[in-house]
This record gives sequence, C-alpha cells and structure tokens, in this order.
Amino acid sequence: MATTLATAAEPVVHAARLENVSKSYTTPGGQQLVLDGISLDVAPGEFVTLLGASGCGKSTLLNLVAGLDRPTSGSLTTDGRPALMFQEHALFPWLTAGKNIELALKLGGVPKPQRRARAEELLELVRLKGAYGKRVHELSGGMRQRVALARALAQESKLLLMDEPFAALDAITRDVLHDELTRIWQETGVSVLFVTHNVREAVRLAQRVVLLSSRPGRVAREWTVDIPQPRRIEDAPVAELSREITEVLRGEIRRHGQH
Amino acid sequence: MASTDTKTDRSAELADVEAGLDALETTETGRTPVRRIVVDKVLPPIVAITVVLVVWQALISFKVVDDPSKLPSPADVGREFQAAWLQGTLLDFIWTSVSRGLLGFLLALAIGTPLGVLVARVKFVRAAIGPILSGLQSLPSVAWVPAAVIWLGLNNSMMYAVILLGAVPSVANGLVSGIDQVPPLFLRAGRTMGATGLRGAWHIVLPAALPGYLAGLKQGWAFSWRSLMAAEIIASSPDLGIGLGALLENGRNASSMPMVFQAIILILFVGVAIDLLIFSPLERWVLRNRGLLVKS
Repeated sequence: MATTLATAAEPVVHAARLENVSKSYTTPGGQQLVLDGISLDVAPGEFVTLLGASGCGKSTLLNLVAGLDRPTSGSLTTDGRPALMFQEHALFPWLTAGKNIELALKLGGVPKPQRRARAEELLELVRLKGAYGKRVHELSGGMRQRVALARALAQESKLLLMDEPFAALDAITRDVLHDELTRIWQETGVSVLFVTHNVREAVRLAQRVVLLSSRPGRVAREWTVDIPQPRRIEDAPVAELSREITEVLRGEIRRHGQH
Repeated sequence: MASTDTKTDRSAELADVEAGLDALETTETGRTPVRRIVVDKVLPPIVAITVVLVVWQALISFKVVDDPSKLPSPADVGREFQAAWLQGTLLDFIWTSVSRGLLGFLLALAIGTPLGVLVARVKFVRAAIGPILSGLQSLPSVAWVPAAVIWLGLNNSMMYAVILLGAVPSVANGLVSGIDQVPPLFLRAGRTMGATGLRGAWHIVLPAALPGYLAGLKQGWAFSWRSLMAAEIIASSPDLGIGLGALLENGRNASSMPMVFQAIILILFVGVAIDLLIFSPLERWVLRNRGLLVKS
C-alpha cells in the first residue's frame, strides 16, 4: 500500500539511481576498494557522461549498473534492465547484422512476425538501410558500432549504457557517430550513461559530466553542460569547458604521483 | 523557419558524410570465378597424382624394381579394380566399410557431444575425466582391438566399440576447446540481452563454439576411419562381410600385391573423399560466414 502511494505521489524520476555504492574485490593482497561511495542519478531522457583516468573503476561501475555484478554495499536501482554497448562491437559473427538485432528482439520477447520489420526500422534509424543481410566482417568499424547501437536500442531499455563505444574508431568516424548518437538520443528519448576517458567527447555529448577520481573511484566533481545541441567537438564553448575539466582531471591524476 | 532548414540541411549533410564513409570503408568481396578454382585447387592434385603414376610406371619400365610380387604395375592394379567392378564387388567393399564408419561416427557424435558439454560446463566432471579424455586421444585405437574382440567377439558391435573409443574423445575435446574459446565479451553481451542459462547456451555458447566443434568432428572422422580399418584388418571373419580392411588382409593372405594396392588406394580414397565432400565444405562455410577464412 505504501509503495503504491509512493509511486503515485512520486513517479519514477530516475533511469538509474546509485546511493553510496561501493565495490571491493578480494585479491591476494587483501581487500581492494574499487568504487567508494558513488551516488549518482540519471534522470529519464538525460545524457550523462562518466569521465575519469585509468583505475577510476568506470567499467566496474557500468557492470554494476548493467546488473552483471553486485555492489559490495550501497543501493542501486534501475528502471528495467539497461542495454549495454561495448568498446568492441560484440556483434555475433555467426549472425547477419539484421539477425543480430532480431536476436535482441527475440530475447526481449518481441513476437516473431514483428521482428523483421522492427530490425529494418532500427537499421534505418542508424542509417544502415540495406545492411540487413550483411555479415559482421563485411561492415566497417563505424558501421559495426551502429549495428551494435541498433541492437542495444532493440532491447527497448529506458537506459543505454555505453562503455567507451567509439574509442577504437578513427577521428572522422567518431565525429560522425557523435552527431548520430546525439540525433538518436534526441529522437528516442532514451537515457544514456556514457563512459569515456576523452574529455572533449564527454563535453560534446553530455548534458552532465561526472568526473571520477581514481583508486578508489569517487565522484570528484560534476558539471552541467548547457551548450545547445547540435554541438561540434571543435566549438569554442566545448573547448573551453573541456580545458577546465582537463585541469581538474590532471590535478586528480597528479595526486597519484605524490607518494 | 531558418533554424529548421539548417537543421534538416545538417541532418542531410550528416547522412551523406556517413554514406561516403561507409562506401570508402567497405570492400566488396565477390565469389572466385570457376576458372580460378580449377587452376588453384583442382589442377595441383591432378598433377601430383600424374607424377606419382609416372614415377611408378618408370620404376617398372626401367626395371628398377623387377619383381611384380613386390611392386605390381599400375596396369595390374587397374585390372584388379576392373575385375572387382565387373564382379560387382567393388562398391560392396566400399559400402561395407563406409556404412560402418559413418554409423560409428554418428554414434560417436551422439555420445561425444553431450560428454563435451558436460566436461566444458561442469567443473567436477572436467577435473575427473578431462585429462583422461585428452590422453585417450593419443592412444592409438588399434590398441583396443584385442580387448574389444575378447569382450564382444568377432562381430559388428566390436567394430563400433573400437570406432567409438577412437572418435568420442576427439568429438568431445573439440567441443570443449570450442566452448573454452568463446570470447567472454560474447557471454557478457548475451547476458545483458537476457540470454542466460539454457537460452544463453543455445543462442550464444553453442554457435560461438561451432568452429572448434567442427574441427573436432573432422578429427573424429579421421579417427573413426583409422580405427575401423585397424579393426577390420585384425578381426576378419566371413560373417562380417568384406570391407576394405578385410580386402587388404585377404590380399596379404593370397600374396596378391595388386589386391593389397587396391585396398590401400580405396582406404585412402574414401578417407579423403569424405573429408573433401562433407567436412571441408562445412568448415569452410562456417568460417567464411564469420569472416575467419582469409582469402589469399
């Protein structure tokens, strides 16, 4: 009863909510704390980037949010099961581009007669009309990531987790995919939690940038990015904010050299 | 509506840039023309066989080996084939062995596959029989023939037992290494899509393990065939019908070198033919679909 009332009075206002989440692993040298008291909300339709240097536990954090791992302490809730996109495309090479998307639809419970049309629709959304029957190895790196994006969107999740998805691409392709991701995010209204170590990428894409410190990962600072979209990575305001964030990030990294 | 116009312009421009990148970064892979296949794949083995025949004939013609009971001429062996063909027994010899071999192999498949899944997925089973299974692979299955004869007698069950002992470890081990080599990334991707447990095994693990499994099948067939020949040579009995191994043994008993040669050629021919007609195309098809077959 209480739950119902709470829901009625306060509809779900977050795609993901992390409260004081910590994660530690048991290593031969004892307990190793990877994430220390992370609190973070992602609002519905919000685009948040997580930024940090090596050892900030970005991937651990995404695994927790994706439900692939459990936090040691703290609470974590998401609105349904999030979709996850990796740095490597992770498409299944025994299936065509279209069938990869259809597998996600099938596992998500979409009835068979609708799958084909929905897969074509998603391919069109990432501008890969006609790639349905293509094998993964026949696609370029950028095309693979777009199919992977389409497959992630096929899960109809409220939250899309992205683990440095463009890090392995060349600069021109990455730039184009930034534009694409922004467009698709605006068209679909999905919430995005995007992990990267590239400051400009973070500023180019996000409404909010969250900087994590390293070893253990803590939220160091947050910035709200109110530069209007469409942005370009070389725009002056993007560069300016990137410089500011980079300064703080360098300060964070510098601490680790002073022992 | 200047802003809307620029927005559409931008979107159209982006689509064009993207289409350009896609076109630049993909290469069309067409099929190889038939002429190329003939020159690259069919011609070399024909040349090799011709060379062997020429050298063989030369040894006879120049009297390097002047003893037909040691080395019969290609023509003598040819006449042996012709006689068997005219009597209608040639296909019987082949069919007796091939039907046994394939049936035995299918049994090995039916036993080796679940065994492989168990060894790959259940820790205790792996620790218990994993090493034995790999060890069995290096034990020549001819070593089982005496035991199988004593246990089962001179009959078809004994043949199948020897085939199974030879082929099951290969099939199981192939599947185990196939499953072990499934990239963890695929498993993670599958899990985030909701493919866990049986659904994960069916949609992710088994298809990902297919290349390793096929390699195991190929080796399993080679082992089946070898084991069967060993069994047929050692355990010949009139009740068993004349397979290729028995043909070889009969040739030896009759001191008929042409018959021995005929049997050896047939054994080799069947082994190669099954591989060439069934396993190689299957393996190539799977690898090509996954872009794992590098065209040279």
